[in-house]
This record gives sequence, structure tokens and C-alpha cells, in this order.
Amino acid sequence: MRDRLWIFAGLTVFVAALTCPAWYALANGKATSNPPNLELPANQKECVAPAGIMRATHMQLLIGWREDVVRRADRRFVAFNGKVYEKSLTHTCLGCHNKERFCDRCHAYSGVSGPYCWNCHNDPQAVALSTTRSAP
Amino acid sequence: MLMLDKALKGSRRYWSWLLCLFCAIAVGFCFYLRQLDQGLGITGLSRDVSWGLYIAQFTFFVGVAASAVMVVLPYYLHREKQFARITILGEFLAIAAVVMCILFIFVDLGQPARVLNIVLYPSPRSLMFWDMISLSGYLLLNAVLAFVTLRAEREETPAPGWVKPLAVVSIPWAISIHTVTAFLYSGLAGRSFWLTAILAPRFLASAFSSGPALLILLCLSLRKLAGYDVGQEAIRKLAMIMTYAMAINVFLVLVEVFTVFYAAIPEHTVHFEYLYLLGDGHTLAPWMWVSALSAIAALVILLTTSWRERFLPLGCALVFVSLWLEKGLGLIVGGFVPSPLGSVTHYAPTLPEWSIVAGVWAAGAFLITVFYKIALSVREKVNR
Amino acid sequence: MKITRKDFLRLSGLSLLAAGCKQTVRPVTQSASAARAASSEPVRWGMVIDLGKCREKDGCNACIHACNAAHNIPQIANRAHEVKWIWTEPYAAVFPSVQPGFAPQRYAETLVPLLCNHCADPPCTRVCPTQAAWKRDDGIVMMDWHRCIGCRYCIAACPYGSRSFNWEDPRPSIATINSDFPTRTKGVVEKCNFCEERLARGLKPACVDACPQRVFTFGNLADLNSAPRQLLRERFAVQRKPELGTGPSVFYLV
Repeated sequence: MRDRLWIFAGLTVFVAALTCPAWYALANGKATSNPPNLELPANQKECVAPAGIMRATHMQLLIGWREDVVRRADRRFVAFNGKVYEKSLTHTCLGCHNKERFCDRCHAYSGVSGPYCWNCHNDPQAVALSTTRSAP
Repeated sequence: MLMLDKALKGSRRYWSWLLCLFCAIAVGFCFYLRQLDQGLGITGLSRDVSWGLYIAQFTFFVGVAASAVMVVLPYYLHREKQFARITILGEFLAIAAVVMCILFIFVDLGQPARVLNIVLYPSPRSLMFWDMISLSGYLLLNAVLAFVTLRAEREETPAPGWVKPLAVVSIPWAISIHTVTAFLYSGLAGRSFWLTAILAPRFLASAFSSGPALLILLCLSLRKLAGYDVGQEAIRKLAMIMTYAMAINVFLVLVEVFTVFYAAIPEHTVHFEYLYLLGDGHTLAPWMWVSALSAIAALVILLTTSWRERFLPLGCALVFVSLWLEKGLGLIVGGFVPSPLGSVTHYAPTLPEWSIVAGVWAAGAFLITVFYKIALSVREKVNR
Repeated sequence: MKITRKDFLRLSGLSLLAAGCKQTVRPVTQSASAARAASSEPVRWGMVIDLGKCREKDGCNACIHACNAAHNIPQIANRAHEVKWIWTEPYAAVFPSVQPGFAPQRYAETLVPLLCNHCADPPCTRVCPTQAAWKRDDGIVMMDWHRCIGCRYCIAACPYGSRSFNWEDPRPSIATINSDFPTRTKGVVEKCNFCEERLARGLKPACVDACPQRVFTFGNLADLNSAPRQLLRERFAVQRKPELGTGPSVFYLV
């Protein structure tokens, strides 16, 4: 077993490379076991669906809304509690939630590298910064 | 199956050539990253001329890919034994050309990450859908054919029985890929330059001259650089096919010119006037005349008995350049200028655009080099 | 592979029959769904533009400004990359059949507002490989900016030059974003959408409302008593390039 040294060296390099995202996050202080500090809307207590469902499936919901509004001109959403909402990211979702202090915080924590919805859809509270270049 | 190990042993000249190509690919790739970041605005395209060099190159190289049929047909269907040594080279050229076409389409897309939408949401009324199907099918067909026959050669066993029917299928398929590409243009009511039934026959004629021209030049280079001789008979027959296809192509162009200028409908004549009338800010016109004169010079050389063997490389180069200018540039831009509202917007590809195009060319050349290396190594070993 | 002539003919006949069945089944099922849709009152949105009233040559651009503001249309300095949903062109360019030398002087001075014609048989939706451009049941030719791959085949197909491509990121070129309507991103094609988002709220398109001269008459072309239909019965109207068979929904009163 002359190659024992090379084998173990190679294995070490491999494991280090495989786990390097963890090292990187630890190094620049982004790693934390604290949950993100999400600022909930002040004026509403209920979302269009229960919080647990939204947490798990809000992407599917939004894609469903997108297909309904754009391709079927169907803008009316009846929520689980019977309330009627407009299917709109900008009006309905961002009408209550603050994008920076709610959406972005959780996305950053879970490592979701920015959904590109924001390239086109507007954040009403950030419209003043409209001349900033959006991410590719 | 791919016998890539054959491509890993080569002379210094081989590796330095591959390195040059790799550098060109890398440069093109960097510019492509810039295009992904900033948008297609870094090209010379505009609201009026929305297709340019990328799509023109795609159109031209679909023709080169289709031309493989000109070596497959005589060999598989008509048992012309002289084509035995050249058929595999034609098939590999077709594979590289189709890959280039796919790359050209990809770099032209505004949202390339969504390209699979063509498959997820099939649109049978769109010619682009059928183009995707026919190109992918042709790529698969030629890849299977080429590698299975080469593998059989290496094992010194006869090729499996299903190869022959597959090769025969590739013949009408080759015609179809270029016909579908022509239909992409000739079905558009709003673009009078392309709205002609003769576009598909013109595409085929120019394909069957530009493809063999390139193949002959490649074979002559292989003879000089690698000592692989496909045989004078095969080259002679291919040159004859190229010559008469070029003659037919020139005839079809003249037929178009007659119809357009004799009927003198302004909507139709304006495109030809933009492309061929010199002066008046018509930036493309000198190049179209270079193309026309090269075509005539090529035909003169290739049809003169005493010159056609001696100046064959020159003749092939003239054919290729002439058709590249006409189909790889003039055809697309001519369709867009003047615009539906009569405005003339000049199109000149930018440096990033040329670099990306050169990168795709280099990728095609890279594939051809690797494939030919594999083919030649197998043949060399077997013949030893 | 040996096959007798009888078997070959039998096989070909059966294959043709099978292929024919498929061709007939599809139109039958499609017409069934079309019948269901047509049972509710048909709508075909359309517009009549009265060129005699338009004051664009006097510098009025109210329709263009209204559209640009409502839809976050970028004002891009480089003319080659411009994005426009409604704009004007000289009469002779839009209607080349009119010989400028022989027509009344006012035609030479008229600037014609141009927009997507929302054709009845649109070439653009026919060629779109992803159905990102499609025709709605109410006649509006829609764009799905989520699905568009930016191949620009629709731009090549449009005989009217109505479509624009986003050659660059539009956001830096938008002075004030209207947060009620999304911007678009680079790499997708866009065009006039007949303000379908306003129609959904019962409003008229932005250009129609903004025009101080009431140049635009918007309504349901399928309704014989609608305002555009009444106008078309009273006055002579032309369309752009009718000979192409696209069936534009935009008419011009000359």
C-alpha cells in the first residue's frame, strides 16, 4: 500500500471540496442557526392560505396564479376562509408583506438565490428605486 | 462506443490546433456571458433587423449538414464503392454542422434558460417546432450511423443489418431538415423577400454545393496533413455534384431576379435593390457583388475541363465564400430591410457578435477535428 | 424482408386509414370545445381610429404618453433598441397604395397612430414555438412574458412591425415605474395588449381614454350595435394590408 498517502490525501481534498459551502458560510458569518427575523404585516392576521401551507407551497400557488391570470384571464381567487382576493403578486401579496423585511429575509436564510420574479414584477414600496438595474 | 481514446493520442500539431480552437471557444464564451448579462443589445441587431448573423449562420450550416446526403446516397443507395472512404467523413461533418446550428439558435435566444418550453408546450403550427424535431432527429440519426459503422470497422466485423435502412432514412430526412428551415422563412406573408416557393429549392441547391465544397476542402487537407486519401474518384464525383448544384443555384437566383424585376412590384423589388444597388448607403451591396462574382468565377473554373482539377481548392473556396455571403448574410438581412413600414435600418455585426460566432465556428471545427481523428485512427489501425 | 404485393397494399391502406382517423378526430373534438365557448356571447375587441380628428401632427402625443405610462414602456435612447406599443408614422408609409402626388394635401401631412392590429388570423401566434403568443377567445392577441424564449420569430412574422424586443434591461430606461403593471425583462418580445388588464376592470384602453379628440372608438366588433360597428356602417374605413388575410381588428377612417 504505497499509495496510502495519496489515497487519504485525495479523500481529504474531496471531502473538503464537497463541504466547502459550509466552510464558506461559516467564514463570512452568514451561517446561523437562528431563524430569520420575519416582519409580519401589521394590518392583516390571515394570508390567502394558512401559514404552514404558504410556507411549503407559495411558489406553486404563485405559478398557478400566473397561469390563471395571464393565460386564462382569471383574476378572482377565493381563499380557504371564503375571502375573495385578486390574484396578484404586487397588489395582493405585497399589499400586505414587505418584500425586503419578509420575503427577502427568508429567501436569504434558505439560500434561495433571488427568484427572478422581481426582474419584472414591482415592489410598490421600492418603486422609488426603479432606476436600479435588476439582477440578470 | 465513442472511441474517444483514439482522439487522445496525437501529434504536437494536433494538440496545438485543438488549443487554438479552445481559445477561440473560450473568447466566444466570455462574450456570450456578457450577452447573457446585458442582453442581445450588444449585437448589431435592432427593432427592424431582428435576426442577423446568428440565424444566418444557422441557416447556412443546416445546408452544410444536409449535404451529407450527397455522400450517403451514392454509397448506401447506389452502392458506389468509390465513396467508401468518404462517407464517414460526410456523416461526421453533418454531426458537427448540426451541433453548430443548435448552438447558433441557442446564442440567439433572448431567454435561453427557457428553451425547453419548445418541448413542454408543443406548437405543431409553428415551423420552429418541426425544425427542432427534424434537426434533433437528424443529429441522432447521423451520430448513431457514424459511430456504429466506425465501431464495426474497428472490430473488423460487418455493420449490423439495421444500419442500411437507417442510412436510407437519413436521405429524405436530410432533404427535410433544409426544407423545413426554408419553410421557416417562406411561410411568412409579411416578408415579401422570402415569400417565394423557390426558396426551398434554392436552399437545397446551395446546400448541395456549399456542403460538398467544404467536404472536398476537408478531404484535401486530410490528404496533406494526415496522409488519408479518400480517393481521386470520390473527390471528382463530389466536385461534379458541387458544380452542378452550384449551377442550379445560380440559375434559381436568376429566375428569382427575373420574376421580381419583370413583374416590378415595388414591395418585392425594394429588397433586391437594397441588396444589390451600390451606393446610397447600401452597406451590404458590395458584399453581395463579391458573392455574385465569386459564384461566376467558381463556375468558370469548375466547368472548364483543364482547370477543374488544377484549381479545385480555389473553386471550392469560391463556392463556399459566395454561398456564405449570399445565404449566411444577405438572405436574412435582405428579408428585414426595408421594414414593413419602408424604413431602412443598416445592420452591421458588432465585435461581440463576431466573437460569439467565431466561438461557435471553433466549436464545430473542434468537433470535426476530434471526429476525424477518431475515424482516421480506426482506419489506420485496421489497415495496418 | 419479403412481402407480397397484397400484404403491402393492405398495410398501406390500413396506415392511411389510421392517419386519416386521427386527422378527423381532432377537428371534431376541437369544434366541440369551440361550440361550448361560443355559446356565451361572442366578443371580438376592436378599434376604429378616426384619422381626420387626430392632431398628432400638431404635437399631441396623449395616446402614446398614456400607454407608455400605464405599461412602463422604456424610453431607450438608442433608436435601434426602441420599444413601442403605439406610435405614429407618415400616411404614405402606412398606406402605400395612396399615391402622395395624387391624393389631397392633408394625407401627406397626416401621421397615423399604429399599434398591434390584434388580427383575427394572426401570423405571429401561428409561428410562436411555445405559444407565448396566442389569441384569446375575445380576439386579443396576448403575450405571456413568462413563457417567451425570445426567439423573435413572431417579429419576423408580423407584417405590420407591431412588435418590439427587449434588447437590453428596460428598467433603467423607465423614468417612473407604474407599480400597477409589471415591467418586462430583457430578452422577451412585447406589444400592445389592448390594455387587457384595464378591460378586466371594465375600463377602456389607456390610449382611448387619454385622447382629447376622441380619435379612438373601442368596442366589441361582434356586437352589431357597438360604437365601432356603427361607425363602420356610416363611414368608409381601411385596414392595413388587408390583402394578406390577417383580418386586423383595427380600422382607420380616412
